[in-house]
Amino acid sequence: MRKILILFAHPKYEQSDVNQALIREIRGLEQVTIRDLYELYPDFSIDVQQEQELLFEHEVVVWHHPIYWYSCPPLLKQWIDLVLEYGWAYGQGGIYLKNKYVFNAITSGGSEEVYQHSGRNRYTMEEFLRPFEQTAYLCNMRYLPHFHVGGTHKITKEELNRQKAAYRELILSLRDSPEITLPYIQKP
Amino acid sequence: MEGFLFNSIIYILAAIVCVPIAKKLGMGSVLGYLIAGILIGPYVFGFIQDGKEGQDIMHTTEFGVVMMLFLIGLELEPKNLWKMKNLILRVGLTQVLITILVIFGLAMLVLDDWRINLTLSMAMALSSTAIVLQSLKEKNQLDSPSGKMSFGVLLMQDIAVIPILAILPLLAVSEPMVSGESHGSLLEHQPGWVQTLSIFGAIGLVILLGRFGFGPLLNWVSKTKLRELFTASALLIVVGIAFLMGLVGLSPALGTFLAGVILANSPYKHALESDLDPFKGLLLGLFFMAVGATINFDLIMANPGIIISVTFGVMLVKAIILFVIGKTKKLGFAENLSYAFGLAQVSEFSFVIYAFALQLGIVDGEVSDSLMAITALSMTFTPILGLVLDKTILAKAQGKSKGEEREADTIEEKNAVILVGFSHFGSTLGRFLRANGIEATVLDYNPDQVDLLRRMGFKVFYGDATRVDLLHSAGAEEAKILISAVNSEETNKKLIEVCHEHFPHLELMLRAKNRMDAYEYMEMNAKNIYREHLDSSIRMGEDALKKLGFRAYTVHRLAAQFKKYDEEALEVLVQFKNNREEYISKVKKQIELQETLLSGELAKKFSLNDHAWDSDAMKEQK
Repeated sequence: MRKILILFAHPKYEQSDVNQALIREIRGLEQVTIRDLYELYPDFSIDVQQEQELLFEHEVVVWHHPIYWYSCPPLLKQWIDLVLEYGWAYGQGGIYLKNKYVFNAITSGGSEEVYQHSGRNRYTMEEFLRPFEQTAYLCNMRYLPHFHVGGTHKITKEELNRQKAAYRELILSLRDSPEITLPYIQKP
Repeated sequence: MEGFLFNSIIYILAAIVCVPIAKKLGMGSVLGYLIAGILIGPYVFGFIQDGKEGQDIMHTTEFGVVMMLFLIGLELEPKNLWKMKNLILRVGLTQVLITILVIFGLAMLVLDDWRINLTLSMAMALSSTAIVLQSLKEKNQLDSPSGKMSFGVLLMQDIAVIPILAILPLLAVSEPMVSGESHGSLLEHQPGWVQTLSIFGAIGLVILLGRFGFGPLLNWVSKTKLRELFTASALLIVVGIAFLMGLVGLSPALGTFLAGVILANSPYKHALESDLDPFKGLLLGLFFMAVGATINFDLIMANPGIIISVTFGVMLVKAIILFVIGKTKKLGFAENLSYAFGLAQVSEFSFVIYAFALQLGIVDGEVSDSLMAITALSMTFTPILGLVLDKTILAKAQGKSKGEEREADTIEEKNAVILVGFSHFGSTLGRFLRANGIEATVLDYNPDQVDLLRRMGFKVFYGDATRVDLLHSAGAEEAKILISAVNSEETNKKLIEVCHEHFPHLELMLRAKNRMDAYEYMEMNAKNIYREHLDSSIRMGEDALKKLGFRAYTVHRLAAQFKKYDEEALEVLVQFKNNREEYISKVKKQIELQETLLSGELAKKFSLNDHAWDSDAMKEQK
């Protein structure tokens, strides 16, 4: 059984039906720790040591956040800036994240279709997430494919039910399966 | 077996034995008191020798009803009363008129003296305010739809007492037997217009006093900080109004109810409530016991069939009429049933009517005794009937329709936050909460401050928040958080004690004057402690650093770090606090603590020793 750390960042969680549904689906699961970053650090003063200890304990890390302006909300960026220290996460002696799995679980107003080369946003979601991929790469982590719920403004009940079940299933399989068979990117 | 003390012992003992047993059996306190009364009455143990003594006590203790209505008035703001006007007028009036008519018609079939029949039908149309409201309160149903209906009907009945007492003398066949005595009004021999005028004058006086007289009086008295004087003033208000109403021939209960409604917006509301409540309880208890003691079992035994069947007949007729009215008002079946049978008994006021009718020679002694026995019996049956209903039909019906009926409930929510102390600290806090849609129930102990804030539109109540009864009436039971914004160590410690003992569910948030006080509270197991200087002093330090050229965001992070360190240091140092010798004075202790802190801080280098946005390390690598 792997321990999973959900780093959840949403500045207005109380108004996000989709993220509430997703979080509710995985809340209380054994071996799954959910860190509601905006609830923990409303003034952006992140407790670096505690965050590093948590990272150390967990084997799978999820950056769970909505996509704002093609990136994550600022507190998650702050978290990356502060917690992934030189000499701890990367660089000389930065070995503590090595071989841990990580991926982005994201929600976006735009549907998956607009995140295409031919679509309104001109790039794919995978391309927009390159900074995260590279962050993981630098830290010797294993970057898994992202989990995406698109078109959140107009999502139907059935679609949301399907997506949240898929999210739960993904988390459970990452926790329980003896071998993680999903493709990942890692520095050779 | 004479004497006041001996009698007191008998009454109190009977109550102490019977009431808890009744409550244990789920019968409510009213039945307990009634049974206690029957036990000490002339037919069981005979501590009260004759019915006369019981009746005397009953008349004296009827004052409990007056007080109860005052207290209920306090809970009801004028605008809410105004909302009920339809209920009172339509439902109440329909009930009174139809019941009088039906009972009169039925009585005519049996007796052919229409005077007696009219008297008894008017008396029987009324229901017992004391019993109904007491049981509604105990079952927490005053705010339910059926509770509101019951209340509207009772209020109308209280108003109906005035014309009923006015009609009775017209029915008198002979001159009153005891002409000197009357039912209390000084004005009954005056011409009609004088009576009318004085009635309006008296009501006007009550309203004026309520608005402009009682407030200043209570303010003046509360400045003495003598609690008993405040209680005395509260009693004075109630007794005074009752007396005034008696003078002009109005129901004292109605008058005090009116005064209560007017005072419902007053800052002294909760203090009045908690001071008068024990008096009301005791008087009502005594009253119910007296009712039990006056039941004339000889008379019932003489012809049990008639008395008991008449009692049930009357209750059934009343209940049916009430049920039909309830039906038109779209009460649910279960609600309707409990409201209809709840109001089915005959009022304590009928004792007065029968006594008055006896005086006037409308009825003779035996008839009036039988009627009184019927009244007392119906009062005794009500709680029993209620219990049976609750356990059988209602339990089933409620199980079925619970979902819908919840919707209809419009229970007025009590505030989730109680804020103690509305000085500069408390008022800033209160304003912030209010700006975000959270209303707090505010308690303050400074009458002038309370008046001032009231004028500025804040809802502040006067009272000592360390009193359990006051917290009770301020809604501590339902509240989630109690915030103490006072800096007095003594008050806060008392609050912690009281809340931990009586309201353990309440989340306590305390303002602490300084570190020493914070330690004291922590040792009493208080969790949320806010030292009043901590945030503003660090904020000031932040600004000073900025003026010296530090970058604002760096200072912000340094400040957050320092605050966290300081709070953690508090938790650590509280363990060492008691190791010092006893003789060290508080001040000296304070200095020592400061020293410990400072020396610790000299050793600790405050810097942002994370490597955030720091490229030095990386540069060295290259």
